[in-house]
Amino acid sequence: MILPQFLILAAALFSLGVYGLLVRRNAVMVLLAVELMLAAVNINLVAFEAALRTSQAVGQVFAIFVITVAAAEVGIGLAIVLMIFRNRQSANVDEFDLMKW
Amino acid sequence: MQIDWLAIAPEIVVAVTILGVLAADLVLPRPLKYWTATLAVVGLTLAVVPLILMAASSVETRSLFEGSYVVDDFALVLKGLFLIAGYLVVLMSVSYIESDRYYQGEYYLLLLSSVLGSLVIASARDLIVLFIGVELTTGPLFMLAGWRKGDIRSNEASLKFFILGVLSTAILLWGMAMLYGVSGEVRFDQIRSALADPSPAAQPLVGLAILFVLVGFAFKVSAVPFHFWAPDTYEGAPTPVTAYLSVSSKAAGFVALFVTVYVALRDRVDIWGPGLWALAALSMTIGNLAALRQSNIVRLLAYSSIAQAGFMLVPFAAASVAGEQLAEGLAATVVYLVIYALMNLGAFAVVIQGARRTGTGDIDGWAGLGRIDPRLGVLAAVFFFSLAGIPPLAGWFAKFVMFRAAIAAGSAAATSLAVIAAINAVIALYYYARVAKVVWFDEAPAGAEPATEPPAASLALTLGIAAVATVVVGVFPAVFAVFGEATRVLLASG
Repeated sequence: MILPQFLILAAALFSLGVYGLLVRRNAVMVLLAVELMLAAVNINLVAFEAALRTSQAVGQVFAIFVITVAAAEVGIGLAIVLMIFRNRQSANVDEFDLMKW
Repeated sequence: MQIDWLAIAPEIVVAVTILGVLAADLVLPRPLKYWTATLAVVGLTLAVVPLILMAASSVETRSLFEGSYVVDDFALVLKGLFLIAGYLVVLMSVSYIESDRYYQGEYYLLLLSSVLGSLVIASARDLIVLFIGVELTTGPLFMLAGWRKGDIRSNEASLKFFILGVLSTAILLWGMAMLYGVSGEVRFDQIRSALADPSPAAQPLVGLAILFVLVGFAFKVSAVPFHFWAPDTYEGAPTPVTAYLSVSSKAAGFVALFVTVYVALRDRVDIWGPGLWALAALSMTIGNLAALRQSNIVRLLAYSSIAQAGFMLVPFAAASVAGEQLAEGLAATVVYLVIYALMNLGAFAVVIQGARRTGTGDIDGWAGLGRIDPRLGVLAAVFFFSLAGIPPLAGWFAKFVMFRAAIAAGSAAATSLAVIAAINAVIALYYYARVAKVVWFDEAPAGAEPATEPPAASLALTLGIAAVATVVVGVFPAVFAVFGEATRVLLASG
């Protein structure tokens, strides 16, 4: 079993996701970054599952739940982005600074 | 498989109510849409019945689904809190949402979904169930925060909340995946026994997992330094939603955090204890200092709720850095949580009515409100002084329990946390009292007439319930002794 390689891949994806979330301006790209992070979690879960061989395949079940919730979450996110785009003709995250301190 | 239906009856009742609201919204003509709110209130009231039956029965702990879902006295108390808070928020929303002319049916649907999620959290003793509960609690709130679709502030509140919310979910999940990796289990009791003696190679991974889980939950409860989203979201969201965010959703995050660290990770208190200590100290101090310079009442309450979250953590954090009397610490934290929920909901109901009377959310704009509307002025003073912890209002008992538990923990770190809390309690008095001072001692603007029309009946009911609870708990705190017992059960079973 080559567990460390999978964990390194997942960690790299997760870091990319965090980077994208913090740096990207476009709200849709931010959503993509979030997906990347959740995908990294799934790789982790499935890799651990394969390495541990638990009796009920809990890791894979967990991963399926994560995939489902991630889909719902991105649905919400896209709805929010769409709503904002209608009001402001822009999906640039940096322009959202009406409220500060 | 034998299923104890009574144990999951509250969840089933709320779920059926959600479907009922959805169906009713579909068939009701527009002028009758307010019936969806009535349905929601009835459903939340009915859901309390099985809770009372379970509290009265002699069965102490009901364990379902092989121990993934446990209903003990700890869960019962918190489910009661979530239902009552949901009930008050629905009442508070009725007139607000009706005057907004947006879709009423969906509003209650989403609110009830969030309540259902928090009910699940209170019973979750399994990483997967807990994750589903947390997501069900926060998911609908992203949409509720952006409820006023045409208002760009509300849009902004929703987007900020969403981005930080999913970031925290991802961090939390990463930690959970690590926990699964080092223990091979998802159930809390099994995680605990697996972590009791991990291999030396897994040690750093355990630390990392706990760190990620802690940070993920810290976002959910908007503890400093993971709080930036909270003031903006609170200000932009519709006020009843803000009340819900600052009470139920925060409480749900706390419960999820406590259940995880207490039941699953109790043996690694050396790792998360100092983390909680830092979160408590930072939240109190920075929340209070930022609250001092707020001019908008909702932002003031946003920072105040961050500071209160710090106070709430004090007893449990003090006990966990001391490494003993965790049970007493957790009990004190739960008592604080319940009292905070009641008085903060009251404060938000005052804000809704006050903003309607004065037409502004600026604190200075509330000058002379006590003359314009004496009853509202009295209520404002009651809730804000209660938040400050002045006897004989409920807040003093919360603070008393907090200090007692923190000092009882005994170690130097615990005592220094109590000292930080004491300094902060004094700072907090300044900005809470300022609201009362503006309301009662500042001159009303020229031409302000004494208010004649009464507040909407549902809002008046919210104010009444919260005010009575605040005063009664403050005068007869013995009613809360039962809650202390309740948490001890979790501690025994976990």
